Amino acid sequence: MSYTKRNDGRKFDQIREIEAKVGIIKSADGSAMFKIGKTIAIAAVHGPRDLYPKFMQNPRKGILRCNYNMMSFSVDERIRPGPSRRSKEISLVTENALLPALSLEQFPNAVVDVFIEIQQADAGTRCAGICAASMALADAGIPMKDLVCAISVGRVGGKILVDLDKFEEDYEEGSTDMPVAMLPRKDEISLLQIDGHIKPEEIEEALELAKKSCKKILEIQRNALKEKYEKEYGQDE
Amino acid sequence: MSNLFVKDKQLVLPGEIVAEGMDYLPAYGIFRDNDQLVASKVGLVSIDNRLIKLIPLTGTYTPKVNDTVIGRIVNVGFSGWTVDFGFSNLAQLPVRDATHEFVDRRSDLTQYFDFDDLIVTKISNMSKGNLVDLTMKSPGLFKLSKEKGRLVDITPSKVPRVIGKQGSMISMIKRLTNCKLSVGQNGKIWIEGENEELAIKAIELIEKESHLPGLTEKIEKLLGGNDVLHKKE
Amino acid sequence: MNNISREYLISILKKGKRVDSRQLDELRNVEISYDVSEHAEGAARVKLGNTEVVAGVKLEVGTPFPDSPDEGVIIVGVETLPLSNPDFESGPPNAESIELARVVDRAIRESHAIDLKKLCIEKKEKVWMILIDIYSINDQGNLQDAAALAALAALKKAKMPSFDGEKVNYKEKKGSLPMNELPVECTNIKVHDKILSDPILDEQIWLDARLTVATTDKGEVCAMQKGGSGTLTINDVKEMIKISLKNGKILRGKLK
Repeated sequence: MSYTKRNDGRKFDQIREIEAKVGIIKSADGSAMFKIGKTIAIAAVHGPRDLYPKFMQNPRKGILRCNYNMMSFSVDERIRPGPSRRSKEISLVTENALLPALSLEQFPNAVVDVFIEIQQADAGTRCAGICAASMALADAGIPMKDLVCAISVGRVGGKILVDLDKFEEDYEEGSTDMPVAMLPRKDEISLLQIDGHIKPEEIEEALELAKKSCKKILEIQRNALKEKYEKEYGQDE
Repeated sequence: MSNLFVKDKQLVLPGEIVAEGMDYLPAYGIFRDNDQLVASKVGLVSIDNRLIKLIPLTGTYTPKVNDTVIGRIVNVGFSGWTVDFGFSNLAQLPVRDATHEFVDRRSDLTQYFDFDDLIVTKISNMSKGNLVDLTMKSPGLFKLSKEKGRLVDITPSKVPRVIGKQGSMISMIKRLTNCKLSVGQNGKIWIEGENEELAIKAIELIEKESHLPGLTEKIEKLLGGNDVLHKKE
Repeated sequence: MNNISREYLISILKKGKRVDSRQLDELRNVEISYDVSEHAEGAARVKLGNTEVVAGVKLEVGTPFPDSPDEGVIIVGVETLPLSNPDFESGPPNAESIELARVVDRAIRESHAIDLKKLCIEKKEKVWMILIDIYSINDQGNLQDAAALAALAALKKAKMPSFDGEKVNYKEKKGSLPMNELPVECTNIKVHDKILSDPILDEQIWLDARLTVATTDKGEVCAMQKGGSGTLTINDVKEMIKISLKNGKILRGKLK
């Protein structure tokens, strides 16, 4: 049980190459694309807007509704279109990952809808979705306490590493996958799951790795937002 | 002690720490988290002495009492109309604020404002729960034509640029395109007249280049340079 | 909020102008990009003006339909994603998306665009199944034509995986799909008494009737669907078919 060299040659603390773009869907109030390695996620935000059915309205603050979906051809074995138990669960944990970063008290009875589509999957899709959604929410002008960054960490073949790709997720000799989302300003964790088994001290090591990686992701998200708004408002000095 | 981390009119992003310490006071778009002042939206930070606020660059419009907005009638009720002006909540236009005429309780309200009518209206009141009341009883408020004219959308934060200093920009556009223009603070602009496409081009240029110098000259050039009136003379 | 009233649209159409300055029968700018999703056997993105869709083709091995035991199977699905239009709701495909998918399906099927007999592996037992899924990314009018074009583009560039009798091997690709035709769809709408091609949203919301016509390279019509709650005259139909043939040629040209 030893994974001494990563399949794609990366270092154990190295995340895959990221491409991020903001404002890709004009019909939406906010939108963004986040590509990490071969995983591509697009997110769109509609809102804040009126919420129906009325019984779902919260008179004290707006609510967040996330919908995560994978395109049928995004993986090798085609996925039947439509929500699955997996996509419903991911929608919920995504909502809980983004909510702490949002200030929705200013929009009682309203809803902010976030739609995430995975166009191509190579593991880490829920994290890519959260990263895209975070930029889309900022693009839409939703008041936020912080941006949200997400990355998977884990243990593959005994080694603690960051940003597992599909090969590593499926690694025969043991793979534990731990998606993490953080609000980077105060290093607060808003998403945490484990698929596999792992020792407590290894979790600590993995979380530190996640924290470091999230800071790198934050820079990329900030640059993507700046790229759109600096172009429009000419802030290059 | 206190530290300022940004310059006036610098672009900031949500979660970005703009200042530290108790000497600075947060205003719109900036909040305090213990010792730090943090931006809550994408925007330009505006520093006025000790007060730090944000000029938001993203689309959402924040309604304020006395704002003129353009909205659409989406429902006709017994005591008023419901209006959509692109905000997260629909607004109410009560009968008593709709017109100076006396409105009989039994009259058909659609004769005043019907479904889908567009109105240039004013926010008269706002509650904490984001309930917005509108009024038509102020000078310069009216129902827009159904047969003519069109609406365009701009980012609400650009509205001041379209209006210009003391209305100079919007007057120039009206003159040089021979169009009537109504501007809502909610980013909706109504254009009706001879050269609507040209007026739209001018507005699009403002949306794109409002931060660059020489905007007024560029718009004047786009609209045909010399004043139409002068040409007639 | 829509930006143009019906009355206003009719008045500018009377002057022979469109909201975006196009001619009445003119298409918007077309952009096609390929290989937008690696795991698909074929995938493409189409931009028709600002309307954007993504289509992907997956191939599986399955049993043929009993009434065509030696033919492959084509299944077309369309999802009008809420992401692409604030008025779209989440949920299973509504009647409009299903209609869209079925028209694309018929155009491909009735034009014999794909030689289904060549997709037979073992008569009555095993055939290739072509699963086409189309997703709307940005709706600025005329999702129908964009979807049809994206499906075609994805099919054209698709590479077939290999099959060893037991399992499909997606890592080993061999050859393209056996395609004979490129059936292209063109939609025209009627507003009052004017016919407009490739409508944008501002025009589409005021349509009285709509006709989607699919044409082949040979100049034949292989699918037609009238939509909208208004009516068309016979002359309208003749006119729209003529325009669809002309515009179809342009769209097909973009696929080459």
